[in-house]
Amino acid sequence: MTEKERNEAYNKYVQNKIPKTRAWPSLFNSFWIGGLICVLGQGINDLLLLWFPSLAEQTAWTLTLIILIFLASFLTAIGVYDLIGKFAGGGSIVPITGFSNSITSPALEFKREGIVYGICVKMFTIAGPVIVFGIVSSMLVGLIYLFV
Amino acid sequence: MGNTQTVIFKNKPVITGSYAIVGPKEGDGNFGEFFDYVMKDDSFGEDSYEKAERKMIEQAITGAIQSAKIKPSSVDLLLAGDLLNQIISSSYAARQFNFAYLGLFGACSTMSESLAIGASLIDGGHFDNIVCSTASHFSTAERQFRFPLELGNQRPPTAQWTVTGAGACVLSKKGNGPVITSATFGKVLDYGINDVNDMGAAMAPAAMDTMLSHFRDTKTGPDDYDLIVTGDLGKLGSEILIDLMEDKGIKLGLNYNDCGQMYFTREQATLCGGSGCGCSATVFNSFIMKKLREGKYKRVLFMPTGALLSTTATQQGETIPGVCHAVVIESNVAKNSI
Repeated sequence: MTEKERNEAYNKYVQNKIPKTRAWPSLFNSFWIGGLICVLGQGINDLLLLWFPSLAEQTAWTLTLIILIFLASFLTAIGVYDLIGKFAGGGSIVPITGFSNSITSPALEFKREGIVYGICVKMFTIAGPVIVFGIVSSMLVGLIYLFV
Repeated sequence: MGNTQTVIFKNKPVITGSYAIVGPKEGDGNFGEFFDYVMKDDSFGEDSYEKAERKMIEQAITGAIQSAKIKPSSVDLLLAGDLLNQIISSSYAARQFNFAYLGLFGACSTMSESLAIGASLIDGGHFDNIVCSTASHFSTAERQFRFPLELGNQRPPTAQWTVTGAGACVLSKKGNGPVITSATFGKVLDYGINDVNDMGAAMAPAAMDTMLSHFRDTKTGPDDYDLIVTGDLGKLGSEILIDLMEDKGIKLGLNYNDCGQMYFTREQATLCGGSGCGCSATVFNSFIMKKLREGKYKRVLFMPTGALLSTTATQQGETIPGVCHAVVIESNVAKNSI
């Protein structure tokens, strides 16, 4: 048996041996927590429009996002968001609150290395790719929009 | 030369002192009652976790020297290592002490690596007292190898929990205590595992190879030991090792276990168990040493494994090599022991 065959056989054996994540409970928790975050966003938005009827709808949505981002950041700082994430998985990663957590958590973690080399440099280690892909894809869409 | 990996010690270096210090979570684990010191919080009064890790090693070294009832001035050499880049915890701790220092990197196999080297140096008659130490810290390992602590992600079912703890022991030419009778230095093996969350599977082949070499070189088998214990293969990795050994025709029985697998309770939800240098080091320097001193274990085969990866290598798509060094510790010096 060559080394390659041995490694392939071993990897196959290990794959069969690995305990599987139970998909249904994870999906369920992910779904209802994710849904709850969206309901919260809708609630904040409705309240804003109720309390400040003069707000433009677009402005209300922007404010809602800011509030959600702040809440997630705050929960990250007091050590709660990682517990939610452990329970909900994708449910708390996918909404904008997850994005906020992915920026706040490295900022907190690397505070010890200083403001510039710690917080500022490391802040985007996790969220960086999302921002890059976001900007690149919006540029592509913009180009298509320009010519079509 | 070239056909043995095992050194059999004629002069049988003695483990005269040992010390284990752990974090609060580890203190709540299955070995809680055996540790010399349980920290109240894992920052250990320091302003960074790296400093806390360093302080743990310092305390472990000091504690082991006290436990051996020797003066710090009679220590000749410190052998230590850890998981952080450039093994800073060990080297920075070493500057607190006035003895020679050799930094080791064997990842989580460092405890047995230091014991094997230390025993060889003492057996050769070169030194009288050598301190062996290693440590790991959950929070420093997470930030170096994985994600920020507060990131809300999920851990896969194969993941293990890096033990916050440090262990140290003193090897002496003479004195009272369990003795090291042989050591098998391991080869680096890579069976092509590239999942950093599945270190057990990456290291199990190295454990198998070292165990086979050890049995071959010393003409022993699993039944010759009261305890055969790997370091941090975890639940999955130790099951794999049992399968791998069975394929080679050797059946590991109830006297085989893994420190990582035993470390935490079920309620602590650490998935596949404990890992890190501190995992095997703290179990060895507390529980196993106690049982050896009491004579409950007569002969122990201690063989922690290490995953020799770095974040650079894994990000570049490299697979994970593993290594394993084995040390045999006996409670009493029988004349014709191996």
